[in-house]
Order: sequence, then C-alpha cells, then structure tokens
Amino acid sequence: MSNVGIVIVSHSPLVAEGTADMVRQMVGDEVPLAWCGGNGHGGLGTNVEAIMGAIDKAWSEAGVAILVDLGGAETNSEMAVEMIGEPRAQKIIVCNAPIVEGAVMAATEASGGASLREVVATAHELSPS
Amino acid sequence: MSIEAMSKTGTMDKVDLKALISAAADTIAAHAEELTTLDQAIGDGDHGLNMKRGFEAVRAEADQFAAKPLPDALKAIGTKLVMTVGGASGPLFGTLFMALGKEIFPEPDRANLATAFGKAIEAVAARGKSQVGQKTMLDVLYPVHEALLQGRIGPEIVAAADKAAEATVPMKALRGRASFLGDRSIGHMDAGARSTALLVRAVAETIEGHA
Repeated sequence: MSNVGIVIVSHSPLVAEGTADMVRQMVGDEVPLAWCGGNGHGGLGTNVEAIMGAIDKAWSEAGVAILVDLGGAETNSEMAVEMIGEPRAQKIIVCNAPIVEGAVMAATEASGGASLREVVATAHELSPS
Repeated sequence: MSIEAMSKTGTMDKVDLKALISAAADTIAAHAEELTTLDQAIGDGDHGLNMKRGFEAVRAEADQFAAKPLPDALKAIGTKLVMTVGGASGPLFGTLFMALGKEIFPEPDRANLATAFGKAIEAVAARGKSQVGQKTMLDVLYPVHEALLQGRIGPEIVAAADKAAEATVPMKALRGRASFLGDRSIGHMDAGARSTALLVRAVAETIEGHA
C-alpha cells in the first residue's frame, strides 16, 4: 500500500485499540494501521519493542505517522524510531496531536494519498502549540 | 585502581564490568520498594519494579556483556534496558548507557570518562526534552559530572549524588507524570534522581573496592 501508515501508541491497550477501531470505521481500510498499548506486563504503559513491531506492521514506503497519548508514549516512540534507524527512521514522525482526533484526521488525510508531511501537518493543526 | 588514583595517573585498569553490573543490580533490587514508594507519591508507582526488571535482565546476560569491548558492552546494556525497563525510564536510562558507549574508549582514562559522561547526559536531556531543575534524574547527573570534571574522588562523587537527589525534594516537577501534580509534587524526592544516585554509589564503590 502506498498511503502513509498510521501507528497509535497509548498507555492503555483499550484506548489504542478503540482509537484504531474508530479509524477503521470512519476512514476505512486504505490506510496501513497498527496500534499498541500497555507495558507488556499487563499494566498501563508503553513498550519500545511493541512500538517497533507496530511500525513494522503499518510500514509504508510513503512513511508512518505515530499518534501518542502521554509523555512516556512520546519518549518511547522516539526511542523506537531511533532504534529502527536509517533509512526508515527519516520516514517516521511522532505527531504532536491529541491521540484520537489526531489519528482520525491523519488517517483521513493519508487515505487520500497525501504525503507524510501533509498528514503530519493535518494532525498538528489540532494542537494549539 | 580507585577513581582517586585515576585522577593522578589518568589511566584505569580494565573495568570489571561484571562486578559493576552485579553491584548496580544489587542496589536496585535492594531499594526497589523504596523507589516504588517514592514513585507512588508523585508518579505512577512502577519505577522500582521496572528498574529491577531491567537490571536483572542485564545481570542475566552479564557474561555476554563483559565479553565485549567496553563501548559495545555499554551500548548493548543500554539496548537491553530500553527493552526491559519499560515506562519512560527505559528509554532514559537506556539512552544514558547507549550514549556513554558511543563516546567512551575501550580503556577509558578519567578525562575520557568525564567527556563521555557529559555527552551521555546531553543525550538523556534531549531524549526527555528536559533540563536541570525540573526534578528529574538530570538533577543528579549534572552534579556528578561536575564532580568528575573537578577531579573529585569516589566518596565525594557519591556524596554529591546523594545531596543532589535530596535537593529534588523541594523542587516542583516540570517533566514526566509528576508534572501533572504541579505544586503537589513539592516535598517528595524524585524516584529517578534517587535511582540515579544509587547507581552512582554502586559504580563508585565498586571501582574503589578494586583499588
């Protein structure tokens, strides 16, 4: 698939899966999509290995936009991107946007064939900063 | 050879990495409950358990790490911590070791150790988008680096780390989960600062012990 992929990273697997479900129902199947959540030990949290796996799953040559919830999800996502390394790392961006609205808006943009830069810009429009 | 001796001769015997790993894992295990209690006060209460899981995973592969040249060993330990500690501490402590491994010589002298440590701290600050005075592990790392640069000996470095961790008590958290509490974060020691001070003590005492 040549559309930009979307990865959803929440501290809660329920939030991540629910957000992904909204994307699938509201946007459709034209966007590579993956989610992960939880610390890997049954608790809330995020996990670098799981994020790397989600990026693999949603991988697109057009790039991947990651939507996160709280600070640790952002830190772990940035770590995952660094560990994936170049050349893929330059095509992965962690968005500064609210996770649910950001995922739906970014996926909507991506489903129309927009570039990674356009997809990320759409998500960022949702953040006041 | 002691840190004191390093400062005089500028060299260091081959680092006994297995002893360092063992000392670090021991102190984290011994203080896991304390770290969790600190984290429960102003964080999400998983710091002790997370750190213990990570350092036990490192201990389990200590032989493999010790067989590598020091830079590669530190990078591998950092990666292991990233994958096993979890939470936000995994990437932060993992980055510290990975960046240290990038800068350190296979047989570091004191000057190289100080330089590499400084670069590693900058990497942690970038990873956490944080700086000094925000009630984090950085508030211990910077004073320890300063003590290294000033040629302080092991016990002085340990004292500087402990004092720095204490100094996070009156700080208001500006990064991490604790920052959501605002003024309510004041009056508690930062768990990451405490675990950093514990690790500094373990490393310094292990190196001193081989004098």
